[in-house]
Amino acid sequence: MASLARVRLLGRRLPLGARGVQTTADTTQLHQAPSDASEPFTLKLHEDSFQTYNCPKPDLEVQVTKSELLEMYQQMTTMRRMEMAADALYKAKMIRGFCHLAIGQEAVSVGMEHGIDKNDRVITGYRCHPFAVLRGGSIKGVIAELLGRKGGMSQGKGGSMHIFTPSFFGGNGIVGAQVPVGAGAAFAQQYKGEKNCTFAMYGDGASNQGQVFEAYNMAKLWNLPTIFVCENNKYGMGTPAERSSSNTAYFTRGDKIPGLQRSLRSQVNGMDIIAAKQAVAYARKWAVDDQNGPLVLEFVTYRYGGHSMSDPGTTYRTREEVQRMRSTQDPIRGLQRYLEEWGVATEQELKAIDKEAKATVDQAVAEAKESPEPPLEDLWKDVYFKGTEPQFLRGREREEGKRFY
Amino acid sequence: MHPPSSTARRVLNGLSKHRLAFQRRANSTAVEPPPAGGHLPGVATSQLLRPTRDAALRTPGIKWKDEDNSTLGGRETRKMNTYQAVRDAMAIALAKDDTAVVFGEDVAFGGVFRCTMGLAEEFGKERVFNTPLTEQGIAGFGIGMASMGHTAIAEIQFADYIFPAFDQLVNEAAKIRYRSGNSFNVGKLTVRTPTMAVGHGGLYHSQSPEGFFMAGSGLKIVIPRSPIQAKGLLLGAIRDPNPVIFMEPKILYRSAVEQVPIDDFELPLGKAEVLVPGEDLTLVTWGTPVYHCETALHVLRSPSEELESLIPTSVRGAKVELIDLRSILPWDMETIVESVNRTGRLVIVHEAGAIGGVGSEIASEIQKRCFLKLNAPVRRVTGWDIPVGLTYEKFHIPDAIRVVDAIIETLTY
Repeated sequence: MASLARVRLLGRRLPLGARGVQTTADTTQLHQAPSDASEPFTLKLHEDSFQTYNCPKPDLEVQVTKSELLEMYQQMTTMRRMEMAADALYKAKMIRGFCHLAIGQEAVSVGMEHGIDKNDRVITGYRCHPFAVLRGGSIKGVIAELLGRKGGMSQGKGGSMHIFTPSFFGGNGIVGAQVPVGAGAAFAQQYKGEKNCTFAMYGDGASNQGQVFEAYNMAKLWNLPTIFVCENNKYGMGTPAERSSSNTAYFTRGDKIPGLQRSLRSQVNGMDIIAAKQAVAYARKWAVDDQNGPLVLEFVTYRYGGHSMSDPGTTYRTREEVQRMRSTQDPIRGLQRYLEEWGVATEQELKAIDKEAKATVDQAVAEAKESPEPPLEDLWKDVYFKGTEPQFLRGREREEGKRFY
Repeated sequence: MHPPSSTARRVLNGLSKHRLAFQRRANSTAVEPPPAGGHLPGVATSQLLRPTRDAALRTPGIKWKDEDNSTLGGRETRKMNTYQAVRDAMAIALAKDDTAVVFGEDVAFGGVFRCTMGLAEEFGKERVFNTPLTEQGIAGFGIGMASMGHTAIAEIQFADYIFPAFDQLVNEAAKIRYRSGNSFNVGKLTVRTPTMAVGHGGLYHSQSPEGFFMAGSGLKIVIPRSPIQAKGLLLGAIRDPNPVIFMEPKILYRSAVEQVPIDDFELPLGKAEVLVPGEDLTLVTWGTPVYHCETALHVLRSPSEELESLIPTSVRGAKVELIDLRSILPWDMETIVESVNRTGRLVIVHEAGAIGGVGSEIASEIQKRCFLKLNAPVRRVTGWDIPVGLTYEKFHIPDAIRVVDAIIETLTY
């Protein structure tokens, strides 16, 4: 079984000279076939899976269990369904404002969730819906927030980019602003002696913001347990990475901060969820257990949709490219192929998981739609600490409370 | 293999059509999402716009900037909305000034609001180019270019993102001429940015930051209300020998359409425009609220059935003077003072919050200069002093109802 898998995998050629996009979803090889659902078995990642910048290579042998793989599949499928539901709701004009969907990038969020601890902190930019759910939120909470309802995780006042959980610091609209905030959170963790770290995430576009480098410097200077994660989806809205960045090897931009990337002319393969999990676990060990300070991780991934719902996504790249990525290098299909080849699950079982995911999301959407809009009094709530608001904010002015008809 | 029978073919065709239709429904990208820039339908019927060639050519304050001294009769206009007018202005600037360049995030393909559509193709990629995602860098870079005599037209993608560039603009651009004793200046810098609310922008696509920059002496701030104004004021701003921040209300990009003269013309900076003459109350505003104020004046004159009971008949005949401030820094103190001295009442409307907003500066100056002529306290109708919550945007912006209420209160004080 394993040898068959190897032959098939070696037979696949990576497209040479493909325009910069080199992610592949199925170059992980199996060592021993699994038998029991919770019995750990070993996978061996491709020897070129990681490339490093001033740090040792991570272990290529990864321990996983059958149930974990199925959970990964289920989570990725559910996240994709959720994003697609948001897409449909936006087009139906029920979601207003700006909505940035992570369709295609599920391997990063799910892989990260499996590599880190519940109490680690994650902070990212505006493409945050899967993180919000995986870090302790709920699908209903996210959808309700997008719809602007009271049942949303920010009571409908934030919207798509501003969803938080106790271990997830959002959801940030200003590009790059979340990176120094992540460094600060890491400082607090270190100061309080917590055995945790902070994952400060940003994209290839944001990597050129000045404050990112300011955060790098502070993290290295004070040896903070901050993992800087660059989610490189090759486009900063309408500008391809090569046209915005003089150095597109984002994992090397930490200067004195070591970095981890995936080779074969590409970076840590966000499309290969096992490699993603391993990279994140390695980074966590680096920062928390070995206390080596910050690390820069780079996941190369791809988004199928545009930058946001207002962007068709085809004015700066060809439809063929999107189609090609979608059909050959989709993370969910890649994992599905592994699961079927290794006998972890049959096609029927996976289809059942798909159906269940759709049902879960549909149910959550229905619940979210039931949620009422926030009351007008909430307009004034939470500007300041409750009870310390200045009088003129708290409705003592006539025009605030005035009803016209 | 037998060719399919006609029945079979019909069935197959039907099936494939059904499948295509199903795919089309399942493929959600077939439906267009609503426009990001928003739409204000009331603007289309505004009397303040100039939809005919004659009206457009007679825009007060127009200064023609070409060698053609023929009469107005020879000049042409074209129907444009605000983003097309902005683009036209930049095209003229790029054509006439060899050192002019346009740069910002995603401007090369046309920009997120199409203001730079086709400019890269027309003038070349060395003159219209994308920058990385770095507002502070864009501002600093523009300042450097301008100090070398290059005409730098920078774009900050949304005014909400201008804050990383705040230091560069306020500490560098505003102060360079002063601190170098006039040996250096960045007069050739113009920073364009879309501003104000669209109805669904939420916290970071709706702000009006002109108040923050008003304290940056050395800068100029300009906010147009319509396509002709945008083109004339932008050309005036680009050629003004001081650094100018040009804030374009983004909801007007598509909503405001006028006949715009295609020739090179400028409108003056630092001068307000009286849109509707009046004698009972002065209403000062700029940008999108100009149209809310116009609606408010209609409501005041002839209220609808639901509002009849709320508008006292004594005020329905009031003649309100509507002034578009146009330039926030320096603001046209003379025109406003002259007007308030005549009317004795002032209402200021703006989308930004009241605390520390532009209205507070205008109100304090007017009360000082017109104290004895004022018959009522200066009233401000503004956005609330809170972040712009996602669902609450229509309660946040000062709309026609709130403006009418303020007018009545001031008239009946």
